[in-house]
Amino acid sequence: MATTDSEYWRWKEYNWKDPEMDWNDAEFITAGVDVGSVSSQAVIILDGKLYAYSNMRTGSSSPDSAKNAMNWALEDTGLEIEKIQYVVGTGYGRVNVPFADRAITEIACHGRGANYMYGPSVRTVLDMGGQDCKAIRTDERGKVTAFLMNDKCAAGTGRGMEVFADLLGIHIEKVGEESFKVEKEPPPVSSTCVVFAKSEATGLLREGWPKNKVLAAYCSAMAHRVVTLLERLGVEKEFAITGGIAKNIGVVKRIEKELGITALDVKLDTQIAGALGGALFAKALWEKQQKAG
Amino acid sequence: MLANYGYKDGSGEYFITIDTDKCDSCGKCAEVCPPKILALVADPFDPLSEKEVPLVIEAERKKIKYTCGPCKPVDKSKTEPCIEACEPCAITHSW
Repeated sequence: MATTDSEYWRWKEYNWKDPEMDWNDAEFITAGVDVGSVSSQAVIILDGKLYAYSNMRTGSSSPDSAKNAMNWALEDTGLEIEKIQYVVGTGYGRVNVPFADRAITEIACHGRGANYMYGPSVRTVLDMGGQDCKAIRTDERGKVTAFLMNDKCAAGTGRGMEVFADLLGIHIEKVGEESFKVEKEPPPVSSTCVVFAKSEATGLLREGWPKNKVLAAYCSAMAHRVVTLLERLGVEKEFAITGGIAKNIGVVKRIEKELGITALDVKLDTQIAGALGGALFAKALWEKQQKAG
Repeated sequence: MLANYGYKDGSGEYFITIDTDKCDSCGKCAEVCPPKILALVADPFDPLSEKEVPLVIEAERKKIKYTCGPCKPVDKSKTEPCIEACEPCAITHSW
């Protein structure tokens, strides 16, 4: 989809496949579909290795979003959905994935996905999603050992950042860098609630604050909020961030600074962690099912 | 696993923590809970295990401050029914 100048919130939707791999050689073909509140991903793995995925915006219908994401991941692979042995649905819309064999909570999937993406040394995962944040502790196999989220408040999440990108007219993929273009770090905005923070930002702009300074104040408010969540759960190294906000260095660097530890770096798209974890569980569950006969 | 259910808002922190490793799946907590906000189910956060553990049902997670309010003892010598019923001491409340 084309980005127009007025759609600052619109991040890039895309699909990817590993050209070196061939599904014809695989014994296990499994998939995970993460229908989130803002974005949807489908991940296909062959024998437990990442093969293809798609990442797109969630529409108003969860079943359609799941189908679209899956079809896009399958595009140009020659693979058909019927050949996928086991599909796990996860995310907000997990019970509405029509072709899923099982629905699994996103907390379990993000723990498992982060273990694959960042390696078995990951102990603390912060999933910064579209409409909520989850702090997760995992063991060396990616099994969840503790989790904490705020069920009542969606402040400091991806959707909030989209609202700010739109308000300030700075593209969502650039807000992180732009937030560092300030002479001195401003105090964080006092409210992290998206609606109130937006009102506060409008007030600051009226007072004459430059856009970058407002953005810096919002990024640090967001960072501070998730740090309190993490600290309640306890942070152990190694630490990794998944979800869309993991791509926003304005928030990531401020979280690192406040926690005093560095988040692990990864080449893979941080937004696919949930669907990837789902696909890995799908493989384990399929094998279990086969053994049970 | 330490499963935390609840929220933090302007008035305080309201979390029910269930230690699923300590839990022996007896289900007494769910039985004694007057507003029936606890349910014993296969652990949704550990899909490869079949162990049944209690959780705070989803619709209640946003309002436990109020739902659990009537069970909060005024007298410090008493405890909440779910905590009292749990022999392995797997349940704690943050407030």
